[in-house]
Amino acid sequence: MSTDWPLWEIFVRSENGLAHKHVGSLHAADAEMAVQNARDLYTRRNEGVSIWVVRSTDIVATDPAQSEALFDPSEDKSYRQATFYHVPEGVKNL
Amino acid sequence: MKAKGEYVLRFGDSALVLAQRTAAWVAHAPVMEEDVALANVALDLFGQARLWLDYAGEIEAEGRDADRLVFHRDASAYRNVLLVEQPNGNFADTMVRGFFYDAWAALAYGRLTGSNDERIAAVAAKSAKETAYHLRRSEDWLVRLGDGTELSHERAQCAVDELWRFTGELFLGDEVDAEMVACGIGFDPQALREPWLQRVSAALATATLVKPGDGWMQRGGKQGRHSEALGYLLAEMQVLPRSYPEAVW
Repeated sequence: MSTDWPLWEIFVRSENGLAHKHVGSLHAADAEMAVQNARDLYTRRNEGVSIWVVRSTDIVATDPAQSEALFDPSEDKSYRQATFYHVPEGVKNL
Repeated sequence: MKAKGEYVLRFGDSALVLAQRTAAWVAHAPVMEEDVALANVALDLFGQARLWLDYAGEIEAEGRDADRLVFHRDASAYRNVLLVEQPNGNFADTMVRGFFYDAWAALAYGRLTGSNDERIAAVAAKSAKETAYHLRRSEDWLVRLGDGTELSHERAQCAVDELWRFTGELFLGDEVDAEMVACGIGFDPQALREPWLQRVSAALATATLVKPGDGWMQRGGKQGRHSEALGYLLAEMQVLPRSYPEAVW
């Protein structure tokens, strides 16, 4: 029966001020049931203060076949990392 | 105080018996998500039962704690309402039974949070939060099943018709209730009837289900007169500690 119900992706915010984080997925007939099921499956040990549910089919993802073009170019650009730069001695209030 | 012990026992036993019934769904629910949800509800109810029954034992002051009360009393010593001991039946039967109870418990715990017995008020306040969620779930399922497929509608209506006769007892007071009202500890059960009917009637209407007429109502659970269903439940629940009283884990 579970296969008749659409899949939902669950995002939980563990505490105020932090971003929602993907925690897993579940089956539910509609959004309301998805929220309730998410509450029972993913927050029963006090893990969260807020839940988002999104239909899995509504998520647009990157194509794994294009990951070279998308992600590899940033590999050799270490100057984009803050750690690339040396902080000169004596600088305050940076 | 004898009446207070009796009064607390009733809330504890109702929570306990419904917990035991609900827990029997684990590994049998229609979907995995629902399995976990039902287990959560059952665990909440077991937790409430423990708080009530430990207190009942303290009031009694004969050295019985919650475990002793749960595992070493016969059906006639149980004080739960008849509604909660009714068999699980199908999923609609369980959800309707839960909804009738949750709608009542939400009101009852709301009243008890104003009890002048601090312990009762504290247990009620904790239980009220959990019950609000149980009610949200059971009401949601009532509407889904009633306003669902032809089969789910039929089963939900059948469950409502079958269980209706156990709802009258929820609002029936006796001398224990009267004494608790008089000393500011408890509430008048009759006073919950109107708000309960309002909530239940509205939910039934949304679920496209027909509210049964006011017919004969079963009574006696609060005084220890139970249906045979409770005997089987207790036999299964108590067999181990009764057979091996010294068993520990």
